[in-house]
Amino acid sequence: MKTPVIFIVLGVLAFILPITLFTVDEREQAIVFQFGEVKAAHLEPGLKAKVPFLQSVVYYPKQALFISPPQQQVILADQKRLNVDSFAYFKISDPLKFFQNLRSLENANANLGDRINSTMREVLGRYALTDVLSDKREAIMARIRDNMNTEIQTLGVQLVDVRIQRADLPQETSESIFARMRSERERESREFRAQGEEEAQQIRSKADKERTVLIAEASRKAQEARGEGDAKAIAIYAAAFNADPAFYAFYRSLEAYRKSLARPDTTLVLSPDSPFFEYMNKKNP
Amino acid sequence: MTNSGGPWGQYSGGGGGPKRPFGGPPPSSRDPIDIEDLIRKLKGNFKNPLPSGGYTGNLVVLLLMASVALWLLSGFYRVESDQVGIEMLFGRWTNEAEPSPPGLHYYWPYPIGSVERPVVTRENRITIGFRPASSGGSRFASDYADRSAREDVPDEGMMLTGDENIVDIDFIVFWRIKSGGDYLFNVRDPEVAVKTVSESVLREVVGKKPIVAALTERRREIEQEALAAIQTRMDSYGTGVLVKNVQLLDVAPPPSVIDSFNDVQRSRADKEKSRNQAEAYRNSILPVARGEAVKLVQEAEAYRQQVVSKAEGDAKRFTAVYNAYKDSKDVTSRRLYLETLEEILQNAKTVVVDGKGGGTGVVPYLPLPEIQKKAAPAVPSTPAGGQP
Repeated sequence: MKTPVIFIVLGVLAFILPITLFTVDEREQAIVFQFGEVKAAHLEPGLKAKVPFLQSVVYYPKQALFISPPQQQVILADQKRLNVDSFAYFKISDPLKFFQNLRSLENANANLGDRINSTMREVLGRYALTDVLSDKREAIMARIRDNMNTEIQTLGVQLVDVRIQRADLPQETSESIFARMRSERERESREFRAQGEEEAQQIRSKADKERTVLIAEASRKAQEARGEGDAKAIAIYAAAFNADPAFYAFYRSLEAYRKSLARPDTTLVLSPDSPFFEYMNKKNP
Repeated sequence: MTNSGGPWGQYSGGGGGPKRPFGGPPPSSRDPIDIEDLIRKLKGNFKNPLPSGGYTGNLVVLLLMASVALWLLSGFYRVESDQVGIEMLFGRWTNEAEPSPPGLHYYWPYPIGSVERPVVTRENRITIGFRPASSGGSRFASDYADRSAREDVPDEGMMLTGDENIVDIDFIVFWRIKSGGDYLFNVRDPEVAVKTVSESVLREVVGKKPIVAALTERRREIEQEALAAIQTRMDSYGTGVLVKNVQLLDVAPPPSVIDSFNDVQRSRADKEKSRNQAEAYRNSILPVARGEAVKLVQEAEAYRQQVVSKAEGDAKRFTAVYNAYKDSKDVTSRRLYLETLEEILQNAKTVVVDGKGGGTGVVPYLPLPEIQKKAAPAVPSTPAGGQP
């Protein structure tokens, strides 16, 4: 009769165990209810037990959950408008409170989404766009998260992080920014072109100047050389001719006569008294 | 809301299993046939009237033992070379210290234990600002270097820069699982976390930089900064994700202003061109000028030497003549005088007028031009007066 006993025991176990024991996964936490009354909360994973038929189990995720509230327009402290897309990660820190206040994740999403958006509006409204576009952004986000966390403690949820996913300017503003960007670029390209002209002019005029200077310098040297030559020549002539100035006058005059007068188109009117004719007049030498 | 195992399908299993109110974990990926089978058999045995006689009883016991053995055997599992084995005892992660490496392992069979095997060595990519245009499963960023390989998603890529400009950035985040357990347990859809956080962080980083930095030299800096910031977030969420690399593929001005940006590039080229042209001008005139200058100087130098040489020559000649003349002054001077006149008179027309016989009055009336006219036919060469 051993075998049947084993069978009976096994059979009972096979019936009882599945409805008594339940597991809580690493990703979950569970609350045990008895006719709507909370009997136990299991925050840690493992094998758990409940009273069959009387008690039921509700599971909640223990993971960080993603939430992305709808985009909203925020007016910043400097009256600039910003389309802000935010997202957050939150955890159900206290399933009991969560159950009492929010009950379902759909509710939690809606509730937290609204709160995130309104906190975002409120906090960002105190900063200018230049703050949002700066190192302060991180601090602003942390501030939003901490503000939220004190507020939602009672709901049994906790924000891990709130971040701005996108912060874009509204379409109209974007257009004017594009226009500004275009004009800035235009300014830049004009400047480059003008700089090009400027540089070109500088190079050209410098080249012209260099040319003029080169020629002038060369002319100076040339004139110096010529002057030097002339001076030397004068000195040489003077040194030679000073030996007998009278003879020089005589000799040089003869040479000049020869050069200037010994031509067929020269007509000389001579007097017979000229020394040349001295012997024509004399009968006897 | 069931966990669908993510778009990349890192781990198998998903939809089935016991219904959990908020999308519980995927059940063990192991095939549960053995157990179902066993239970059915057990139940079958119960329904039947207890068999009498040792033979049937033994058979039942044998079957039972075989079933138990089979069930125990179902605890063997294999971890592929790119996976890691995460073991859970009644849902609690037990091998946290050392997840099972690739190979054959044994763990408690269902429903006591369960094993999940996330793919940890694979490098995953998330593209932001664009989607791969084709369905090609390329794994390299260089495959997207060409714009045509990308389908732009302007909503994701457009970002405000620190100086309130707008840029369109396409980038890729490469990541892999650092801790399989953390990846599975801590954050719902870690992939979504990587993507949203990456987008958010990049906007934040770009939001601190002027547009010029984003467009040019500081891209590397942006990548590094973003990588560090994304990793910090991933760690603070406990996603078990390791961000390997953030790569900016393309940072461009928005389409409607890109022409202006291109014009800036062109204007730089124009500037260069103007300068080059001017330099060409300079290079063409300066050598000529230098040549001219050298010519001027050389000519003057030549003149100088010429003049000096001539002077020396003349001086020497004079000195020579003078030395000769010195010895017989009178004779020589007369000879020189006569020879010169002789030469002159040979060539020139000569009119001799006797001034003594009261002829001084003649000179004024001498018809010099007439003489010249008469002379003209005799001398065919051009007269010095310039008259034809």
